[in-house]
Amino acid sequence: MTGWWDTTWLIAKRDLLVEWRSRIALNQVFPFAGIVMVMFGFAIDDTRLMKQIAPGLIVLATMFSLLILVQRSFAVESEDGALDALRTAGVSSSALFWGKSIAMAIQLAALEALLILLAILLYGSTIRPSGVLLLIATWLVASWGLATVGTLYGGLAAGARGRETLLPLLLLPVVAPVLIGATRAVEAALGARGSVADGWPWMGLVAVFAAVFCAGGTLAVGTLIDE
Amino acid sequence: MALTATGRSTSTHATRVLGIVTLAGVAWLILFGLFLSPADKNQGESVRILYLHAPSAWLAYLAFVVTAGASALYLFTKKHSLGWDRLAGASAEVGVLFMGITLVGGMRWGRLTWSVFWRWDARLTTTAFLFVTYIGYLAVRRLGGTFEQRARRSGVLALLAVLEIPLVHFSVELWRGLHQDATIMRPNGDVKLDGLMLFTLLSGIVTFTLMYAWLVIHRTRTLTAEDMLDDVGLELALEERRRESTPPNIAEKGALLS
Amino acid sequence: MGTDAGPAEDRPSSTVVELDGAVAVIGRFPALAGVTLRVDRGDIVWLRGPNGAGKTTLLRLCAGLVPLTRGTGTVLGCDLRTERDRLRPMVGVLGHANGLYLDLTVAENVGFWGATVGASREEIASVLDRLGLAQRLAPLPVRRLSAGQQRRTAIACLIARRAELWLLDEPHAGLDAAGRDDIDSILRQAVASGATVMVASHEFDRAAPLATKALDVVGGIIRPPVTS
Repeated sequence: MTGWWDTTWLIAKRDLLVEWRSRIALNQVFPFAGIVMVMFGFAIDDTRLMKQIAPGLIVLATMFSLLILVQRSFAVESEDGALDALRTAGVSSSALFWGKSIAMAIQLAALEALLILLAILLYGSTIRPSGVLLLIATWLVASWGLATVGTLYGGLAAGARGRETLLPLLLLPVVAPVLIGATRAVEAALGARGSVADGWPWMGLVAVFAAVFCAGGTLAVGTLIDE
Repeated sequence: MALTATGRSTSTHATRVLGIVTLAGVAWLILFGLFLSPADKNQGESVRILYLHAPSAWLAYLAFVVTAGASALYLFTKKHSLGWDRLAGASAEVGVLFMGITLVGGMRWGRLTWSVFWRWDARLTTTAFLFVTYIGYLAVRRLGGTFEQRARRSGVLALLAVLEIPLVHFSVELWRGLHQDATIMRPNGDVKLDGLMLFTLLSGIVTFTLMYAWLVIHRTRTLTAEDMLDDVGLELALEERRRESTPPNIAEKGALLS
Repeated sequence: MGTDAGPAEDRPSSTVVELDGAVAVIGRFPALAGVTLRVDRGDIVWLRGPNGAGKTTLLRLCAGLVPLTRGTGTVLGCDLRTERDRLRPMVGVLGHANGLYLDLTVAENVGFWGATVGASREEIASVLDRLGLAQRLAPLPVRRLSAGQQRRTAIACLIARRAELWLLDEPHAGLDAAGRDDIDSILRQAVASGATVMVASHEFDRAAPLATKALDVVGGIIRPPVTS
């Protein structure tokens, strides 16, 4: 039996390879996120206000896209009954969890980078030089936190009929701390509100969330994925 | 949890006594809450909603703790007794009820006192999250499968909620800390609770706790009965299923075609 | 195609599957209503029966994918009530679906599953070779393959994983005569190497000569066995 890290990388690479070949996240989810950003513009229709609330909109668009990415991550498994095969392969559920989370985090990070770019283009946001480090740190930590939580609850909601609609209901309340923390941190980094020094504790909150769910998820995932 | 000997209702001598004491407590609370305790200097009569709102908030959190505790007991004890799972489910259902009361009470109070339905304060917002989280928990309980699967899945979910809710509460508190108006709008902010008012509030908490216990005991027993019914249903289904293996009567088939 | 040595503990050498009154529930439906059977090492067991009889569920039960609601069961020395995790790596399932990643190539799929058990590159290459997947088909995404070719790829994954108990659900379906012959010879070789096979099949002509034992699954139970 291969080592834990090897299995984890195996799964992460496989997930990323599947995405690379099918390009579904790239061709469907990213445009979706883009459209959401544009629709915020239609709905809010006030340039000064938009620049102020841009951080919140970026994080919201990320949350909605997370739901779709998680669904997709597990759809890949059930497309040809591979989830059963994975269970049979005796791949340890924690390796599966970490592998899929790593792959998801990478996709999320790419998505968020796109959203930040769109905020600059559509809403006139600017990045403070002093806030660059904060922005990058928040970006990485939030991606990891959301990826682990998404994979965890995604495993539960995967497969059987009547479960797909469960995912938003379970996931969105849980990610509230990320919504609150990441928005405040990004606000500080983009200069929309508060100083950069104020922003760091908020990033810390997101980091705590990521750590808690990383640990909790590793322990819980076996039970949730099992049939 | 063993079901009662009567087999007809979920009451036992103990729960009847509990029920009577609870009713007495409710009467006591109505007396003190609506009549005997004084109105508040600042808020007037509307402070009386506090006697409903605060205890139900307390109960919502208690229910959540009980669900988590019972889930832990199911998952980590050797026997994995399903009784703990049913207790967890019953407590969650009653908890959702009290969370609903807390939210409605809070909105009513806010409307009366400060003309806003919703104050984005830490406790109310966290209660709203607790509410939605537990609705999700109840939905997961209804996913089907064996009783053990239900117990394990929802048990793990309840324990994850133990991590998640304090985190949400903490986040919301930090968040509201940014806004100065939060101090003016704090739930008990301008209500000075002493003497009779404090006594009434405490009686409210005691009464609601008794009510919670009564409801949860009955609901747990009902859930046990439901599970037993399910087993009976399974027996019937098994018989039907086995009957598939005996071939149908050919003569009857002939009659259909004529 | 050697079988994995498995955990170093004594296992009853002859009995691979033993079920007694096994009941398995899918949702609210009792797919298996009390199955009692025994399978010995080296058997090729043919499960016959009408659709909806519970053959698929029986296979999945033996794979440890479905929990046991009532009765007892032991597969490869693992108790089905408590040790499903330990059982699963030793078992290979080929269901109606193939368990493949459609966007990855044949070589990548087989390589992935082989890697989960630490198979070497040579082993994987030899598996691809023996199933005729090596030259033309290996670099193609599975999505582009015919049903028969996908089925062969799935079997290659099974072999790469070195399963001791093979559980196959309609393996001949969708294959031409040559493909079916391939499956038969692969199964015989698997058994010769120490694996045990359980096949659910409607294909009378194929399964009968292949099987050492035939079981009728009807209404979620096994009818007294017919000599094959």
